[in-house]
Amino acid sequence: MDMQVPMSDESTAQLKLRRKARKRRDLKKSLPLYILLLPSAVLLLIFAYIPLYGLVMAFQNYSPALGVFHSPWVGFDNFMQFFRSYQFPITLRNTLVISLYSLAVNTPLPVALAIMTNQIRKAGFKKSFQVISYLPHFISTMVMCGMILIFLSPQSGLVANIFRLFGAKLPDLMSSSSAFAHVYVWSDVWQNIGWNSIIYIAALSGIDPTFYEAATMDGATAWQKIRNIDIPMIMPTVMILLIMSVGNLLNVGFEKVLLLQNPLNLGGSEIISTYVYKIGLQNFQYSLSTAIGLFNTVINVILLLGVNWLSKKTTDTSLF
Amino acid sequence: MALAIPHKVKPKKVKLSGKDLAFQIFIYAFAILMILAIIYPLWFIIIASFSNPAEVANGQVWLWPSHLDFKGYQALFKQPIIWRSYGNTVLYTVIGTAFGLAVNIPAGYALSRKDLVGRKWINVLYVIPMFISGGLVPIYLTVKGVGLLNSFWVMIIPFAVSPYNIIVARTFFQSSIPESLWEAAQLDGAGTFKYFFSMVLPLSKAILAVLGLWTAVGIWNQWFNALIYLQNENLQPLQLILRRILISNQQVAGNTTGQLAAELQQLSDMMKYASIVISTLPIMMVYPFLQKYFNQGVMLGSVKG
Repeated sequence: MDMQVPMSDESTAQLKLRRKARKRRDLKKSLPLYILLLPSAVLLLIFAYIPLYGLVMAFQNYSPALGVFHSPWVGFDNFMQFFRSYQFPITLRNTLVISLYSLAVNTPLPVALAIMTNQIRKAGFKKSFQVISYLPHFISTMVMCGMILIFLSPQSGLVANIFRLFGAKLPDLMSSSSAFAHVYVWSDVWQNIGWNSIIYIAALSGIDPTFYEAATMDGATAWQKIRNIDIPMIMPTVMILLIMSVGNLLNVGFEKVLLLQNPLNLGGSEIISTYVYKIGLQNFQYSLSTAIGLFNTVINVILLLGVNWLSKKTTDTSLF
Repeated sequence: MALAIPHKVKPKKVKLSGKDLAFQIFIYAFAILMILAIIYPLWFIIIASFSNPAEVANGQVWLWPSHLDFKGYQALFKQPIIWRSYGNTVLYTVIGTAFGLAVNIPAGYALSRKDLVGRKWINVLYVIPMFISGGLVPIYLTVKGVGLLNSFWVMIIPFAVSPYNIIVARTFFQSSIPESLWEAAQLDGAGTFKYFFSMVLPLSKAILAVLGLWTAVGIWNQWFNALIYLQNENLQPLQLILRRILISNQQVAGNTTGQLAAELQQLSDMMKYASIVISTLPIMMVYPFLQKYFNQGVMLGSVKG
């Protein structure tokens, strides 16, 4: 145990010494904690920070024979090559369309679902409803895409058969560039709306019940209570989640898009991240691919900081 | 426990006004429609996987399997690669989950301790990779550089650290393990290790369950890393093999001479339904029992750290 010596008795030199000793003691006490951190720190260093250094490839004409340290520098040439290529406007537009569409649909719908779930009065029904609505979240991306393809098959799919019941014919959605974003976003709603609502349901259940009691006393209808109590109370949660999704805006579900792509819908489905994959690991243009990926990351970080700042200013909620 | 979901509010028996009654009816109707919209596609996959393929394709199967038929399952299980990849997936999931917990939980604990010297900066170093990554090619070259390409361990080691899970664990330790416990343990002469392993971990079963489940589901569903890092078919997980059946529409083995094209297409469809069932059933079966933990995880993740 350390003794507390009254400060006034000490000269500054002693104080310094004491502070140093204290620091050493603290460091010694932290040693076991550093050991607990060690495995993750080593892995993070190798598999997150070394690749981060590898970003310099974006400014090089990288050749595997020369490595990151000896490849020639080319400045912004790789970026310019991407900006000038015909793929640039296509991939940028598709990325923005899919991600903004997704954001516009997947932000309000789970909130609405949570408010609705909160209105269900029979506890048993509410519970089963929740269990069922979370269920599709656990389907893997691979299986989800398989289901989309098999259900939307224009010859034998379930949706085509339902259309046929009504004498209509289902168009071949997966071969259409313009339908791609709709298929992507609405299948996502089916899979994740329930799961995404959990957090809002939790926020709603934390609201002080006296608010509702007072509102009932004043003769408020259920709808008025939702508008004047529920929505304002969960707004901060909505904002935080919105900031986080904007920070990942350009990282739209890469795996899902890649799996649903085919040569016929490529005009609507080639996004920046799938292009990075093709250029990098299929065409082996390492530097160009890294540059495009870096462009994506930079835009994401700018968006994150921007929306965080905006939210801080306007609603006083922010991530950091 | 801090994890407990906020108190239940007992609904007061209040007579519903006309407007509110209509509102309630609307809500129940909508909820039932939504349940059907979620359950029916899943149910259809199951019955279609057992039905006569021609009848499925012609739209004669709606609510119940017609003419039980197991051709899809037979064709699927005849392939040795299905069994092998299923085994691989189980191995990756079990070992990967254990490894992930062993790496992330101690880190979360260390970062939760206020007396960790340099805590603030270490935190920043753990958060940065969440937003900025080296990207596909630099990560690929690094994994290749350390010699993990085409190795079993590429599915376990490189992506085991999850800053997000570490933050969730940190939040849990901060909010659920009182600091006075550590002070008491110190008075009893316990060091950090002894305290962590014999006191903190036994109190942290909830967070172990949550993060264990998340990690397990993530690994079970993983395929892209296998696509780029595992050319060796014997090491590939189930999800990657499913890609051939579900997405590329390939027969797994070419042993299909003498069959008509239409029949072949039908068999391929049956294999699709069957493979969806066999790959998704395990998680769907255990999910309702573990649901509670998944919910808690979302709640923990939402607490601002």
